[in-house]
Amino acid sequence: MQAFNTLNGLVVPLDRANVDTDAIIPKQFLKSIKRSGFGPNAFDEWRYLDHGEPGMDNSKRQLNPDFVLNKSRYQGASVLLARENFGCGSSREHAPWALEDYGFRVIIAPSFADIFFNNCFKNGMLPIVLDAASVDHLFKECEATEGYQLKIALQEQTITTPGGQVFKFDVDAFRKHCLLNGLDDIGLTMQHQDKIKAFEAQHQKAQPWLFN
Amino acid sequence: MSAKTLYDKLFDSHVVTEENGTALIYIDRHLVHEVTSPQAFEGLRLAGRKPWRKDSIVATADHNTPTNGWEKGLDGIADPIARIQIETLDSNIKEFGAKAYFPFMDKGQGIVHVMGPEQGATLPGMTVVCGDSHTSTHGAFGALAHGIGTSEVEHVMATQCLVQKKSKAMLVRVDGKLGRGVTAKDIALAIIGKIGTAGGTGYAIEFGGSAIRALSMEGRMTLCNMAIEAGARAGMVAVDDTTIDYIKGRPYAPKADQWDAAVNYWRTLVSDDGAKFDSTVTLQAEQIQPQVTWGTSPEMVVGIDGVVPDPTKEVDATKRGSMERALQYMDLKANTPMSAIAIDKVFIGSCTNSRIEDLRAAALVAKGKKVAANVKLALVVPGSGLVKAQAEAEGLDKIFKEAGFEWREPGCSMCLAMNADRLSPGERCASTSNRNFEGRQGQGGRTHLVSPEMAAAAAVAGHFVDVRSL
Repeated sequence: MQAFNTLNGLVVPLDRANVDTDAIIPKQFLKSIKRSGFGPNAFDEWRYLDHGEPGMDNSKRQLNPDFVLNKSRYQGASVLLARENFGCGSSREHAPWALEDYGFRVIIAPSFADIFFNNCFKNGMLPIVLDAASVDHLFKECEATEGYQLKIALQEQTITTPGGQVFKFDVDAFRKHCLLNGLDDIGLTMQHQDKIKAFEAQHQKAQPWLFN
Repeated sequence: MSAKTLYDKLFDSHVVTEENGTALIYIDRHLVHEVTSPQAFEGLRLAGRKPWRKDSIVATADHNTPTNGWEKGLDGIADPIARIQIETLDSNIKEFGAKAYFPFMDKGQGIVHVMGPEQGATLPGMTVVCGDSHTSTHGAFGALAHGIGTSEVEHVMATQCLVQKKSKAMLVRVDGKLGRGVTAKDIALAIIGKIGTAGGTGYAIEFGGSAIRALSMEGRMTLCNMAIEAGARAGMVAVDDTTIDYIKGRPYAPKADQWDAAVNYWRTLVSDDGAKFDSTVTLQAEQIQPQVTWGTSPEMVVGIDGVVPDPTKEVDATKRGSMERALQYMDLKANTPMSAIAIDKVFIGSCTNSRIEDLRAAALVAKGKKVAANVKLALVVPGSGLVKAQAEAEGLDKIFKEAGFEWREPGCSMCLAMNADRLSPGERCASTSNRNFEGRQGQGGRTHLVSPEMAAAAAVAGHFVDVRSL
């Protein structure tokens, strides 16, 4: 997993609540057996005017000029500013894969759906929860300022605006440690394999029917 | 010892180790399907890892499989990419092993959340995970069950554990007696209407109260299935006789010599008197009407005697914006009576409502009637091969076919439209599935979530109708 430390990134505001993972990556792209290459189909139904299918040459498709990600001022964005309950619905990890492949490293929202939130950390992305008023403030500044960038520092747990305003954010200590160091969960868990084996033996003794 | 919730008991009894509130919990059952597993198997392969305990794995193909043309076998899968994914699951299970595998067209094949319980592969007291958000379904058995991402699928395969923080506990209590024509689906939608699609975020929900106790296992599965639509990764119902009676005699249930010990333990899987919940929500069963969603989120729901809400009356600007966008997408006008909305298609199926009880209830409404002329397609997709066989033994297939419904092979089908079953742009569907998101059932499709009875009634009437008036 790629490590995350600090990022100075262009921000794109996606001003809708309850953005679900079906919207982030529509079902037809879930047929892939790979975990890369989903970026061109992130937000496919909102982003293009035609119906997308796997295998199409996305560079030849007509973009929806009204969709915020398609506006020229937001090209190259790596910070996604969103509204509440972002990433709700399906557990598909293809959603964070698509966002990461598109180029996003940070998503800021007042709230996230649990599974999506968790999936982001597994892919070197940082989802940040900020209170609704602060998010609203960032939306206003971002929409009013072309080239609006935020500086996100994970070690310090801060977001700094171009005007120097600083927002503190919370992040789970274990997840922070993994993200800062780009650590793979499986390797960490395997350090506990003796404990897992001991638990398993005791569990099997107590509930042998689970091991039939 | 202080009083514990059911969630406390399930979580605490699976903690392998814990540090600063982050726990490693042991996973008893890992359900696997073709869409969210290939990258996990590939990860194992690249790292030279093997499954920690392959006997925890129970697998089937469901999301991508066609619901007709089975006589052609794999050649009946028109989409070559879908076919590769189904074949990849075959080869991965062959390579890595599993306790049980129900491949495409096997008589035990079915939607993973229908197949697991009917095989007795889901048991009380288990931790159950699957790369699918509707894994919450299995909580109906007094199990701790939730959806995970593909990285976690790989993690569970490699280590038999999951890194978890304990959630908060919410009690949703529904007391009283449901009216005629009101189902577990209506309870689920009414709860989501009340607390919102993020109302359960960060919580594990226990459903309790006399109305929940009175539900069958099928009803409890429907309810727990939709816990995720309320934002809660896990939903659960305490163990009682209904739970134990359902499990007895199923293929992977404990055998005779273990049965009594298992039941004795399962009986403890209830919240203790005086257990503290972080949040409690109460509903009265008699006040719940048959529900119909009007928008593009499951929380956008009203009773069948209601009307499409008016966004101009919403004071919250974000909510108003969502409502306006939803009405535009759904092509609906504020204040339209729900019963005046005509439909183009009907879908009876999905991990929410495709079990035998659901099909019986829908068949009872459809019996001796005809699908309305304006309804282009009314699909019935049983949840599994075993449900299909049972329904056919009871003659339900004949009732549906005589009424003009199509009777299909099992799978996820038009719930998420990964296979060929889908809505065309602008089509409106009465669906027993779980998500009415934009494009969920096909790009531009418009989904209204209802119970099986209400879907069958809409098929016959050609528009939504109060099933209680029939």
